[in-house]
Amino acid sequence: MQQLLNTSLVGLTLGFVYAAFALALVLVWRSTRVVNFAQAPMAMVTTFVALVVIEGGASWWLGLAAALASGLVLGAVLERAVVRPVQGGSQINAVILTLGLFIVLHALAAVVFGNRYRSFPAPFGIRGLEVGDRTVALTPTGVFTIVAVLVVMALLVALFRFTDLGLRMRAAAFNREVARLLGVRVGRMLTLGWALASLVGSLAGVLIASGSLVHPGFMDSVVVFGFVAAVLGGLDSPVGSVVGGLVLGLSLSFVSGYVGSQLVPLAALLILVLVLLVRPGGLFSTTTARQV
Amino acid sequence: MPRSVAAPASTSTSTPVSVLELSDVTVTFGGLTALDGVGLAVAPHQVHGVIGPNGAGKTTLFNVACGFVRPDSGTLHHHGTPVRRLRPTDLAGLGVARTLQGLGLFDRVTVLENVMIGADRHARTGFLGSLLALPRAHREDRALRERALAVLEELGVAHVAALLPPSLPYPLRKRVALARALVAEPELLLLDEPASGLSADEMDELGTLVRGLTDRMSVLLVEHHMDLVMRVCDEITVLDFGRVIASGPPERVREDPAVLAAYLGETV
Repeated sequence: MQQLLNTSLVGLTLGFVYAAFALALVLVWRSTRVVNFAQAPMAMVTTFVALVVIEGGASWWLGLAAALASGLVLGAVLERAVVRPVQGGSQINAVILTLGLFIVLHALAAVVFGNRYRSFPAPFGIRGLEVGDRTVALTPTGVFTIVAVLVVMALLVALFRFTDLGLRMRAAAFNREVARLLGVRVGRMLTLGWALASLVGSLAGVLIASGSLVHPGFMDSVVVFGFVAAVLGGLDSPVGSVVGGLVLGLSLSFVSGYVGSQLVPLAALLILVLVLLVRPGGLFSTTTARQV
Repeated sequence: MPRSVAAPASTSTSTPVSVLELSDVTVTFGGLTALDGVGLAVAPHQVHGVIGPNGAGKTTLFNVACGFVRPDSGTLHHHGTPVRRLRPTDLAGLGVARTLQGLGLFDRVTVLENVMIGADRHARTGFLGSLLALPRAHREDRALRERALAVLEELGVAHVAALLPPSLPYPLRKRVALARALVAEPELLLLDEPASGLSADEMDELGTLVRGLTDRMSVLLVEHHMDLVMRVCDEITVLDFGRVIASGPPERVREDPAVLAAYLGETV
């Protein structure tokens, strides 16, 4: 019973981080139809920015703010300078380009920040909370992780659902030509979409790093898990990506707790293959007529 | 040809009162000449029709007017000011709205939201304003919503405001698309085949509606249905094989031998 509870709690915490990362992938996919493989190293770079700020003597919170701000800028700059010029051609171009960015950012980070493991402080304690006389596997930092992701998601939902700006962003994502005709500055909306996605990715990066170690490759497994979570949710639905993240976090936690932690990546791939085989449109896809 | 429509000379003497004036526009696609020295001028508060057999270049002309197609030669004046390199994004700022043959409604946002996107020209809340939910941004969002609802009301489709476009029958979707164009309060409305797929009654209503718009804007419409065009238009330009073969008020165009020949064939 104790183990079941702990495994679930660990899975839930992880699941929220995967959800945030999947959400970042979905935001980019929806606005530009690109699977952004560079999302992980982008988040890695901004996490290092946070680490530099914190090691410079600033508080953890200032570090987080620096990561989010640099994420916003990095996303906007990359969309504008790197992705935009290849848009309009074959869709695979931009995807290959993000793979290239993946390698470039990795190498740059190793040069700038060094290739060794560095510890990243946590905002709150990393000892399990005590419930009665037992310690459960939910740390105060874990609670903060969940709350932070929930808050960001609520803000994004509010932006897309209830503001005119969000509506214009959705219009630009659904049909560029028509949106343009209606006076929507489509280019700006796409830049903004990338910037927001990069911000959410940065949040995920800092949350994963907190109380743990960072090095240039520390986000690499997360992009795989985030991608699986996004596909679970259908790649097109923000809500789906969040549910996908939670499902994946819990499943992987159970595999790790009851089967063996070395099987976690294998399990993630197995889930991906199963979803693509059985429900290629994601868990929540409705059956739609497809034109052939 | 009675009117100086296709004449290149009209550029220099262009009457600044025209909301939109195209002069001597030529468009070629590869070896095919889609438009050959075409000109037309839309006067304020008038309905200007463009008719012609299939493949006459009507849609190309429309696409030039809204920046989808860049002409190989020719000029475009907006209120007498030359417009170079017209891009589709500029249209809303120029006070031009257009409907599409395919309607182009956003399937996954509600009818009301579709119309709100069209009203964008008047909403200028910045990124930070929206993100921080400043009170002013909130007020503007609400004003936008109310204006969109008012237009839906005017076109008699307010009852479907909360539904998604794919759930509506075609004539209703057409009205929504029209509402989306009207909500921007354009000076010039471009209607691309507004009557296609409508019943005779609905076409009748449409005619009355278009006539009623002239106190607020000019209308340029491309249409197949001759009776509708003859009823609502003040001016008609007839295209055939990319050239203007006739233009003028409906009663004159109706009798024009070149038009009859183009529509009925020269040798019967």
